[in-house]
Amino acid sequence: MKNGVAITGMGIISSIGDTVEDNLHALRSEIGGISRIEHVDTRKRDEIMVGEIKKTNDELINMLGLDTINSFSRTAMLGAIAAKEAIHNAGITDAITSRTGFISGTSVGGMDTTEKHYLDYTNTDTYHRYIEAQHAGFTTQSISKYLGIRGYVSTISTACSSAANAIMLGARMIEAGQLDRVIVGGTDALSKFTINGFGTLMILSDDVCTPFDEHRKGLNLGEAAAYLVLESDQMVAQENKKVLARVNGWANTNDAFHQTASSSNGEGAYLAMKEALEVAQLDHSQIDYVNAHGTATPNNDLSEGIALTRIFGDQVPVFSSTKAYTGHTLAAAGSVEAVFSILSMQEEIIFPNLNFETKMEACPITPQTKLSSQAVKTVLSNSFGFGGNCSTLIFKKQ
Amino acid sequence: MSGKCFINGIAGISAQLTTDGDAFFDDVVEHTELIFRAIDPDYKKYIKPAAMRRMSKSVKMGVTASQMALDQAGIEMPDAIITGTGMGCKQDSEKFLENILHNDEQFLTPTLFIQSTHNTVGGQIALGLNCKAYNVTYVQAAASFEVALMDAKLKLLEKENQHILVGGIDEIAKNSSRLHTLDGHIKSEPLAVIDLLFSTSSGTVTSEGATFMTVTNDSSNKNIAEILDVTIFNQATPEEVEDELKEFMQRNSVEISDLDAVILGTNGDGDFDLYYHKLQQGVFADVQQIGYKHLIGEHHTASAFAYWLGCKIFNKQQLPEIVKMNKKETSSFKTILLYNQYRGKNHSFALLQQC
Repeated sequence: MKNGVAITGMGIISSIGDTVEDNLHALRSEIGGISRIEHVDTRKRDEIMVGEIKKTNDELINMLGLDTINSFSRTAMLGAIAAKEAIHNAGITDAITSRTGFISGTSVGGMDTTEKHYLDYTNTDTYHRYIEAQHAGFTTQSISKYLGIRGYVSTISTACSSAANAIMLGARMIEAGQLDRVIVGGTDALSKFTINGFGTLMILSDDVCTPFDEHRKGLNLGEAAAYLVLESDQMVAQENKKVLARVNGWANTNDAFHQTASSSNGEGAYLAMKEALEVAQLDHSQIDYVNAHGTATPNNDLSEGIALTRIFGDQVPVFSSTKAYTGHTLAAAGSVEAVFSILSMQEEIIFPNLNFETKMEACPITPQTKLSSQAVKTVLSNSFGFGGNCSTLIFKKQ
Repeated sequence: MSGKCFINGIAGISAQLTTDGDAFFDDVVEHTELIFRAIDPDYKKYIKPAAMRRMSKSVKMGVTASQMALDQAGIEMPDAIITGTGMGCKQDSEKFLENILHNDEQFLTPTLFIQSTHNTVGGQIALGLNCKAYNVTYVQAAASFEVALMDAKLKLLEKENQHILVGGIDEIAKNSSRLHTLDGHIKSEPLAVIDLLFSTSSGTVTSEGATFMTVTNDSSNKNIAEILDVTIFNQATPEEVEDELKEFMQRNSVEISDLDAVILGTNGDGDFDLYYHKLQQGVFADVQQIGYKHLIGEHHTASAFAYWLGCKIFNKQQLPEIVKMNKKETSSFKTILLYNQYRGKNHSFALLQQC
């Protein structure tokens, strides 16, 4: 088994909690964070259910101690909150050096601010400081500035696999010795843009989502940010760091089938899992738990289910989608679920796939439906996105 | 493994005539608007009409430039597709947003949303080639292309005999681009773009384009140039840039006196060109200095064009007068340094060497 790259810190804010501890508490309590919309000004508010963080932007500004006049979008604020927790969790107190990088995934970046002020920009200069938020990279810029990281900073935007790719890149850069330490993950806030976009695709559920269920009606959009701190073994040894877990397998492939839909045989997903197992130097039988992408759309769950059976045969490991807890947090999903994967190994519990009742006819696999205690040494986590992007990460216990 | 990184195919669609084989700024297009578009090559040669109807400009430019680069390198199926874009598919994104806002979230159709994601170009190239390999899109403002290239270089370090398609694409969107006139990124007074490098007023211009290249670690190829190194740093003062440069040159064992030219991202922004001026008047005083943004304009992946320019200079071994920023007669071009930044952020250095 490949040793992989050390994870020394993590942070998260999602609809089930503002911190890692709060998220763990909700996961253990089997309480999802899916509700009606409160903070997005949309006429769809009574039509869909979402994983919304019940905090106003002013509350987020307070949490970060920002000036009232700032140029942070909600996406950037969520990112800064989670990244700050991750850095604190990793016990980083020294000045952040240039060998520390920041890699963040986002899909629509500061769209939440753009859509709020777009029509007013020409009438008043009050909100001109937000114009730059129309570039996704500006979200990362705001967070990196807040954290004081001035060296390697990059943004990945591969739709719903963005954060998974950020974790993968960070691990590769540490492995190659290009960075000593890197904060990796993703952030996305709810926006009218994504609510309506997914709405036009007719894949939003009007009820709580039911991943892998025969009668699933679509996804719940969510908002979240989550980051991990990855460090080189040299840094870990030098500073006598506690290692939470390791990233030891990764792969990114493309389904090359359709701009938004997944292929019926789950080819991209299959290739990503297969290659990640090879990178991790693991046999599929050595995977203890799969945290599935499982968005609860008819297309994704069937395609992913088929890919899982192609990899694992009739020995599909214990698996669940945690999206019934958080909703589909788009670009952040990969890092949100990385945090959950690490918690699963630390706490030796499998988080349930809430709301599941009936097996899919076309692919009769059954996710874990109850919280269960068991030793978890390895977790495979999937993230797929528009553009055919498929990514798999494998985490192992330290 | 050596981690060598050679360019063996490169194509640039820009606001100049840069897709016509041998031409090297023989005819210069002088732009007079502050926001100007790229010159369309004959897309029909590369894209089927049915597919083209749905494509926004960035997809058309990206698919075409990537195919041109692959053709030049003689590669049918790359081992990875890595793209960089500052704006992404801004045209479709803007249209979808305006439909939401103007029609109170009603009468929307999915096509614009589907094509609005930043990775649309990378996804469409993969779909066209049926390429199931590694596929990532970077969106890091003015360093978008460079972080994509750094990933490609890392890929070449990890595995032998690889051919990677890497490119930068940005398109103008009617209203979103113009918003930057309001926040001062775009100049407020008219200007002949050809004089951009001499401008001292605040802000710059905005344009669009796509530059794609194939990079490989296979040295047996007929390669154009070697990318010795590429690096980015998010923020720095002009003084810190000089320190970064020193470190960059040192780790590559290259002296300033070894440089035959420097290609600078000067964009006529009186508030930020001092980053270039300090180097031009200092360490680069005796080096041939080259500029290009008065020709192709400025956008988040404009700096990718500097690689096209470097490769062209290696091939031609001469410089058109129009790109020279100082009076120097250089007769041989073997090593070229690139430096770019935008508004004091997203700095990048790269070292190119002729093969």
